Amino acid sequence: MSRANEYHPSMLRGLWALTVRELKKWLKEPIILMMAVLQPVIWMGFFGKAMNLNEMFSANSLTNIKIPDAVPIPGNYVIPPVNGVVYVSGAWISQMLQQMFSDIGTSVMQNTFGVADYFSYMAVGMISMIVMFTTMFSGMSIVWDRRLGFLDKVLSTPVSRAAIILSKMLNAALRAMFQATIILALAVLLGLKVSATFTPLNLLGIYAAVFLLSMGLSALFLALALRSTRQETQMAIVNLINMPLMFASNTFFPIKMMPEWIQAIANVNPVSYLTDALRQLTVFSLDISALITDFIYLGVFAAVLSIIGVVLSWRYLTK
Amino acid sequence: MSEEVIKAEGLTKVFNKSLVAVDHINFSVKSGEIFGFLGPNGAGKTTTINMLITVLKPTEGKASVLGYDIVKQANDVRKVIGVVPQEYTADEDLTGYENIMLCADLYGIPREIAKKRALELLELVELVQFKDKRVETYSGGMRRRLELACGLINRPKVLFLDEPTLGLDVQTRAATWSYIRKLKEEYGMTLFMTTHYLEEADALCDRIAIIDHGKIIALGAPSELKDSLGGDIITISIKENADVSELIRSVEHVKDVRNENGSYRIKAESGEVTAPLIIEALRRKGYTVTRLSLTEPTLNEVYLEYTGRAIRDAEESKEAFRAQRITLRRARAR
Repeated sequence: MSRANEYHPSMLRGLWALTVRELKKWLKEPIILMMAVLQPVIWMGFFGKAMNLNEMFSANSLTNIKIPDAVPIPGNYVIPPVNGVVYVSGAWISQMLQQMFSDIGTSVMQNTFGVADYFSYMAVGMISMIVMFTTMFSGMSIVWDRRLGFLDKVLSTPVSRAAIILSKMLNAALRAMFQATIILALAVLLGLKVSATFTPLNLLGIYAAVFLLSMGLSALFLALALRSTRQETQMAIVNLINMPLMFASNTFFPIKMMPEWIQAIANVNPVSYLTDALRQLTVFSLDISALITDFIYLGVFAAVLSIIGVVLSWRYLTK
Repeated sequence: MSEEVIKAEGLTKVFNKSLVAVDHINFSVKSGEIFGFLGPNGAGKTTTINMLITVLKPTEGKASVLGYDIVKQANDVRKVIGVVPQEYTADEDLTGYENIMLCADLYGIPREIAKKRALELLELVELVQFKDKRVETYSGGMRRRLELACGLINRPKVLFLDEPTLGLDVQTRAATWSYIRKLKEEYGMTLFMTTHYLEEADALCDRIAIIDHGKIIALGAPSELKDSLGGDIITISIKENADVSELIRSVEHVKDVRNENGSYRIKAESGEVTAPLIIEALRRKGYTVTRLSLTEPTLNEVYLEYTGRAIRDAEESKEAFRAQRITLRRARAR
């Protein structure tokens, strides 16, 4: 009789059970999953396509420049001078200018964004965006569990406290990985150009990078939500964090063009490292040392925040 | 096994350094009994239960469940208790069976044992035919039964029930009571429950503690508490126009008589024995009794006596209120 109660709830068993619960929830409502992808897709489709920077820097931008039919050039600029004056065809100069500008444009795009078209640049950034939005919901869901009483019930069982928070993190990561796949597929359909160094194996790298940032960020949002009972507060906090996190990163624009104070933020912002890793693996020609740096940063970020999250959950899940 | 299954000494919980939810309470629960906490919403019942089930840490004082300290040996406590919370905590997107299996996983019960036991429990609460339906399709009574089944999956020695019939209609409430009694008999558990329904405390509990503003103000078996009021109330009218108060007072067991415009309100021990004696005494003196009624004191009168007011909702936290609203809404959804 007394032996019957001596179960040894293992951390992994509890973690798995709680994760499966969350997965079952979203598999039963796939619509919600699709809705979450909608926002980055809208950004990608409208902003990414409308903000046509490479077109801006193309020869077409010069079509309205007025160049006279014939341009007189003072003789001392031409050697040798003929009757003091030479005539050059205006059409030719126009053509030359257009050609030069187009070359300059391509080079500006390549030097600024690392790719020839802005769409390919920002579409990859949208994967970072979905990671941010998905992880912020993990904080929300623990508040919801608390309000429904589910959290208290789980806390009254001998399941490991760490399993409670890790299951939420794992769920966010799996969700983000799934959504990243959809976004990437849509981006390719909309005209994303992968670089020559891309191989299908890179996909594994993409998943790994998305997984690491998701674990880190969701640990952060969960830690902030551990004792919260109001979703409104949580929502406000999340918005306060997410917008700067997104704009002070290379999600939309390269860091090197930003004012120094934003650069300072962007350079420690883990989102920048995820976005860079993703671009290295897709649209950039792969710079292996940059990729390694990205992964080290993401790995450390994920490890440190997961540990903080778990430690805080031991202390603060129980009021 | 120790006689005292739950023991609380000076148990106190203060929220935000100022709101004293539970104020130095002492009580013990004996093995095998149903012990009830009775009081209005906001009296500190749920806070007490949450401390005992290790979800809240006490600010002061200590308590133990089956000898395990609720703070220092929290994990040992969690293994031997079952909890049926006030809210419907089952996941609406999962089926009843999936919910029970989730609970089993949290307790680390081996899968094979869990499967057998889950079916057995679903049978007991008569949910077998709905086991593969999503919980969102369940009625309030079905949800409550599912919570009961979940709370029993680890064969707990002590079961905690927080407002087990909140928001249920009268019939479903009575049915839930019979499930609770059946479960107790089946598994021989000790039960600790809270309620703000007087009739529920009366019908189910072996002993109750009346709690108000975080303090226990009375403790005992429902019948003891009622007896402590001094017995039953007999109301008598006579045909003749005379004051017979003194005559009635002389009858054995009568404790108090009040003449209220020709009808006499009599407080007496064991009213069913005393009433005939009063009639007899009156008749012997030539008076004719025209009307008689006998009421046993209810817990309502007990409650009135100790708190000075009828049971009603006290001021409480918004959070608790909101949680209760959700429960009520779900209970009434279908």
